Amino acid sequence: MAEIRLEKLVKRYGSVEVLHGIELEMADNEFTVLVGPSGCGKSTTLRMIAGLESVSSGEIYVDGRPISHLDPKDRGLAMVFQDYALYPHMDVAGNISFALRLQKRPKPEIQAKVKEVAEVVGLTDFLHRKPAALSGGQRQRVAMARALAKDSGIFLFDEPLSNLDAKLRGQMRAELAVMRQTVQKNMIYVTHDQIEAMTLADRIVVMHGGYIQQQGSPEELFKRPANKFVAGFLGSPPMNFLEAELVRDADRTFVQGASFKLEVPEDKAATLAATTRQVIVGIRPSDLNFSADAEDQVALDLKVRVSEYIGAQSVLLCACGQDDVTVELKSETPIALGETLRFAVRPEGIHLFDRSTERAL
Amino acid sequence: MNTANRLAPYMFMAPAAVIMGLCLLYPLGYMIYGSFLDWNPSQSIGEADFVGFKNYINLFFDPAFRESLGVTLTFAVSVVIAELVIGVGLALLLDRNIRGMSLLRTLFILPMMIAPVVVGLMWRYMYHPTVGTFNRFLKSIGLEGVDWLGQNALLSVIIADIWQWTPFIFILSLAALQSLPRSALEAARIDGATNWQQIVYIKIPLMMPVLIVTALLRLIDAFKVLEVILVMTEGGPGLSTEIVALRISRTATEFRELGTAAAMSNYLLILLLLLTVAMFAFTRFQDARAARLARQVQEEG
Ligand SMILES: Nc1ncnc2c1ncn2[C@@H]1O[C@H](COP(=O)(O)OP(=O)(O)OP(=O)(O)O)[C@@H](O)[C@H]1O
Ligand SMILES: [Mg+2]
Repeated sequence: MAEIRLEKLVKRYGSVEVLHGIELEMADNEFTVLVGPSGCGKSTTLRMIAGLESVSSGEIYVDGRPISHLDPKDRGLAMVFQDYALYPHMDVAGNISFALRLQKRPKPEIQAKVKEVAEVVGLTDFLHRKPAALSGGQRQRVAMARALAKDSGIFLFDEPLSNLDAKLRGQMRAELAVMRQTVQKNMIYVTHDQIEAMTLADRIVVMHGGYIQQQGSPEELFKRPANKFVAGFLGSPPMNFLEAELVRDADRTFVQGASFKLEVPEDKAATLAATTRQVIVGIRPSDLNFSADAEDQVALDLKVRVSEYIGAQSVLLCACGQDDVTVELKSETPIALGETLRFAVRPEGIHLFDRSTERAL
Repeated sequence: MNTANRLAPYMFMAPAAVIMGLCLLYPLGYMIYGSFLDWNPSQSIGEADFVGFKNYINLFFDPAFRESLGVTLTFAVSVVIAELVIGVGLALLLDRNIRGMSLLRTLFILPMMIAPVVVGLMWRYMYHPTVGTFNRFLKSIGLEGVDWLGQNALLSVIIADIWQWTPFIFILSLAALQSLPRSALEAARIDGATNWQQIVYIKIPLMMPVLIVTALLRLIDAFKVLEVILVMTEGGPGLSTEIVALRISRTATEFRELGTAAAMSNYLLILLLLLTVAMFAFTRFQDARAARLARQVQEEG
């Protein structure tokens, strides 16, 4: 129910600048995920939007209105914290209704609202428990219910699932995705878990070192990463990077490394500047297919060192000359450790990055 | 070998336990026994006559003792309430990171470190009807002087105690405040709580366990004050500031009735014991509740 715009947002702690001019636009009802490694400034950005951190320079606009001078309570947003931040002395109903009680809403309305959101998150039987008597997952739900009860247009999440165990996290993630369908709100979600980012987001914003590296739909970022950092950050297992040189031979273009030579598809080759020579080749583990009779210029010869069985898929850690390469493979493929196997590279799976700037070519 | 091993810890503890027992229990037993005697300081304890509960019964109906008990209660309850309000208030005000705050905090706790006799003397001079700081100040701005240690003796004594002991509540409240969950307060800000509402609905309730224990500790202490009042008023004028501790000391030295003094001490002891038990009961209750909640979670798996 709101359009949010961050304009040249800067955060300084003393003389240290931790956010360097964040520019971001979030459309109405969009689910935006801020993702990045630890310390990249995700939480700081979110907390500045919430009003819990001051803005050093720049401005935050909601529906075109600057809000950086407003108190958190006047910004009309709800937030779910990493440690849930429940009020320990209030029972679940008290926690959920706190904001409404502060607004002095009529009692019956508050009760109806508490009942409604408790049903949404499945807490109806626990309304009179204190947070100390709830499990981690239940506390998480209370935090969610408390935010939902406020009916604000903007919903902020700071790593809401990171304190849960793997199974519960998967379950809550699915529930969030379902909730996302029905709740029409502008959501900003901070996580360092790229699976959460990929599954939940309409738009992913990858941050690193206080800068936005790239933003766009999950598919866009996965298929066309803007630089090596984004390419390596999204996707699991991560993308393989191999150093290589561009070699032009008649009207064909190759990338040549120490122990491989791959042909660059024509449409891609056409976009490359004539001066570039030093590149990094990026290939996702899922873009390598076991294929003994593939031709030289579309294949890598990999020596299998370790095989990690993870159910239907296995992850092979292989050596390509001096470099390490991971491959994802159906588990039934018969392979033996120490063997050298040939893997075909899907032509659209070849990503090229400039070796000095690390930008995508 | 095995038994020796099991006994070893007790053997090591024995000397300390014996000394503790002697130092604590012997005087206590002596006092309790003494309270059943009609005992003059010139007699040895063996020569005194045994009178049973006579001392206790006499005291119970003694208007002077009752008044003294009343003064003590008034004093203790008023100082604790005032100190709580001021101490917690200051802590709420000063719980922020402004430059110079740590210096200010250090200054605030200075009064607590001054010896009670010195505090008594200091305030006695400040309260002096003609040359005291307060009356000189009042007169300099054209007001009547106040008869501090005369008509308003109890109030004056209460003020001095508040000055000395508010810092105690202040530092404990400040510590409690600073250990409150930050994010719960942030959540409250986002939920729309003003500063005042954060204090009333979040901070105070969460500080409550610490405040209750602090208040009980102060109450126990306030029942035992002696030096400050002794130096400032000696219990006067009349009996207006004669707290029980002072009356005990006068009964023993001026009235030379050791048995009665001992009985009085025991009354005070019983009162303090009740307070201490209340304090322990409260902390035990808290622990038990925490344990019960934890069990509830576990049972559900
Ligand atoms: N109060 C502070 N004073 C100084 N530096 C700070 C402060 N708070 C955060 N920082 C710095 O700001 C940077 C960004 O912190 P932030 O909490 O936003 O990281 P994050 O992306 O949320 O990381 P994580 O995934 O670990 O939560 C970090 O380098 C951190 O050291
Ligand atoms: Mg963070």
